[in-house]
Amino acid sequence: MRPEWTKFKPVNIKELPKEDWIAPGHRGCQGCGTVLPIKLALKVLGPNTIAVSSTGCMEIITSPFPFTSWKIPWIHVAFENAATVASGIEAGLKALMRKGKISKKEWINVAVFAGDGATYDIGLQYVSGALERGHRIIYFCLDNEAYMNTGVQRSGGTPLFAHTTTSPAGKVIHGKVGWKKNLDGIVIAHGIPYFATANPIFFADFLNKVKKASLVEGPSFIHVYSTCPTGWGAKSEDTVTLCRLATETRIFPLFEVIDGKYYILNRKIDKPKPVEEYLKIQRRFRHLTPEEIELFQNKVNEEYERLVKLCEVFAPPKESS
Amino acid sequence: MGKRVAKEVSIAVADAVAQCRVDVISAYPITPMTHIVEHLAELVNNGELDAEYIAVESEHAAMSACIGAAAAGARTFTSTAAQGLMFMYELLFIASGFRLPIVMVVVNRALSAPISIWNDHGDVMTMRDAGWIQTFAENGQEAVDLLYHAYRVAEKTMIPVAVNLDGFIVSHVVEPVELLDQEQVDKYLPPLKMKYKLDPKKPITMGAIGVPEIYTEVKKAQDEALKASYRVILQAWKDFEKITGKRYQPIETYWMEDAEVALVLMGSLSETAMNAVDKLRDQGKKVGLIRIRLWRPFPLQEFIKAIGKVKALCVFDRAMSYGSTGGPVGIEVRSALYQSNKRPKVLNLIGALGGRDVTVEDFEEIFDRTYSFIKAKPRFTYEIYGAKE
Ligand SMILES: Cc1ncc(C[n+]2csc(CCOP(=O)(O)OP(=O)(O)O)c2C)c(N)n1
Ligand code: SF4
Ligand SMILES: [Mg+2]
Repeated sequence: MRPEWTKFKPVNIKELPKEDWIAPGHRGCQGCGTVLPIKLALKVLGPNTIAVSSTGCMEIITSPFPFTSWKIPWIHVAFENAATVASGIEAGLKALMRKGKISKKEWINVAVFAGDGATYDIGLQYVSGALERGHRIIYFCLDNEAYMNTGVQRSGGTPLFAHTTTSPAGKVIHGKVGWKKNLDGIVIAHGIPYFATANPIFFADFLNKVKKASLVEGPSFIHVYSTCPTGWGAKSEDTVTLCRLATETRIFPLFEVIDGKYYILNRKIDKPKPVEEYLKIQRRFRHLTPEEIELFQNKVNEEYERLVKLCEVFAPPKESS
Repeated sequence: MGKRVAKEVSIAVADAVAQCRVDVISAYPITPMTHIVEHLAELVNNGELDAEYIAVESEHAAMSACIGAAAAGARTFTSTAAQGLMFMYELLFIASGFRLPIVMVVVNRALSAPISIWNDHGDVMTMRDAGWIQTFAENGQEAVDLLYHAYRVAEKTMIPVAVNLDGFIVSHVVEPVELLDQEQVDKYLPPLKMKYKLDPKKPITMGAIGVPEIYTEVKKAQDEALKASYRVILQAWKDFEKITGKRYQPIETYWMEDAEVALVLMGSLSETAMNAVDKLRDQGKKVGLIRIRLWRPFPLQEFIKAIGKVKALCVFDRAMSYGSTGGPVGIEVRSALYQSNKRPKVLNLIGALGGRDVTVEDFEEIFDRTYSFIKAKPRFTYEIYGAKE
């Protein structure tokens, strides 16, 4: 597979550091499933990491001056350009290391934590540019499916029919029009070394993906399922349930794509739960009619089957051991 | 001291950037700045310049990458013009708010619409209040010298610097230009050492939210730093003089000792204006010229000193400020005079827009009008110069 992974050892959960690199006491809502993946990712990446955030919930809740939740170097510049700021940091580090101005003993991880708005919409061009140029950055899209920071407006990542403040469940138009933008497809089309979807509740899978991404000597992108009880109208104690259901209903399948060509399905869901179980515990979907739920279900099945097919046709070559 | 060689100014500027040993270049092409970055890309790809060239997908990205690179401790360069500068606008304020020593060359060009690739100062005047140090070159030699100066100043003040040079009129001419020797540059410009940068050994948080309790103080501190940069700017020119014998100052004057009327200008038009001054002086007219080299921080005292005893000034602006009381320089000058006990009349013309030529004869006529303005009632207004009816 990737040459960087020849000696790959899966993360040993028992040996994970006790220390967190994003401190508790941040201002996230109870049960926020968007901040959770940052904490987990940093357990793997460790302190030799520079983090870049886009404007959004995660930036706001972690940095009200004079407080900061970041124990590692962190920068936030604007809403749309985290991928490019990271490109600049990476280029800077490379030049400084090559010229011996900073130590080149160990590469410094450059990790982006950006929202769905910052990635699907206003920042898509920046993401594309960074991936195309091939910077060694790890991009986490923390997809909570709307602009939470500004009051739950729809994004290109908002699911079909979901109520948001700019796609309200009206009498005529029932919430968000159109399926989620196929961000994964767009990212994969760049042919980057490593792409993965991840769900923090599938702990080992999540951590290993972060580790793989950190080893790759080029761009890697992890699309992270990130709950937002506040914006979704869900109970904060349901975060774990929602995470589980998202994957078990096949709404958010877990897969990897290597070099833009080899697809790996990480978790085959043979007996999927009905999507209704997932939809009914969130207020953003409460207006859905039975027909709409059926339509949603059919589209989920269709997308999942398409993915399974891709994973069959474009399976990685068998490693000769 | 280096040799004087005939070079296209853009190439000379790029060579000077390379001599400054930049670590990261990030830019997006736009006429008339293209030759600068094309030459830098060539130097990098030929192994003559050890730097990362990030060929970004927009100007907004160019400045984003410079911000990231500078925050990581790298010496950075970018260049743009007109629409490109507009496109990076959001980040100009973030670069200065972050106190990052980024250097940018703005090759001045008119703004759309209508689209124009030709020269005026409409582009850079929009960043007047962006918190950058801003200098204006008269010619290629000065552009190069201001470039060295920019890095020295930016890195001592931690304030980004924009060096302005007129599109085509300066950028594309072939001129004898003298570059410093590499050793001289290295002495003038020691390696960049940043007190605060993104370093895992000393983690910092950059770009936190400025809550209402702190935002005003941050802005005040930033303004004070920009004002305090004035002394550093002067010192950097003094140090440059020690190396080259060339003397630069915030305000350049020409025949101002006994001038009765004077013209106020920025950029390369002053070369034409000087010819007009020479002609009129030959006729015994006491005319003079003031060229503002340092636009931000505005050299208020120097300016008041420079006007001497003139009875009337003509401020010749090269940018619009629609519906206001003048062009940007005119407004600045009137505001400066209001705080001084010298109160010459101020005629404010806005012209040479979008590449329109202003000739020696035009300036002679302008001086005549300035003379007759001495007795005119003060008017807080402006006129678009040379517009056909
Ligand atoms: C150029 C610009 N446009 C709009 C905004 C306002 N804004 C800030 S954050 C945000 C939404 C963030 O959404 P997302 O990226 O999904 O992050 P989340 O808050 O949901 O985690 C918006 C619209 C901005 N800061 N900058
Ligand atoms: S609004 Fe949503 S994303 Fe933002 S902190 Fe609260 S739960 Fe997390
Ligand atoms: Mg979001």
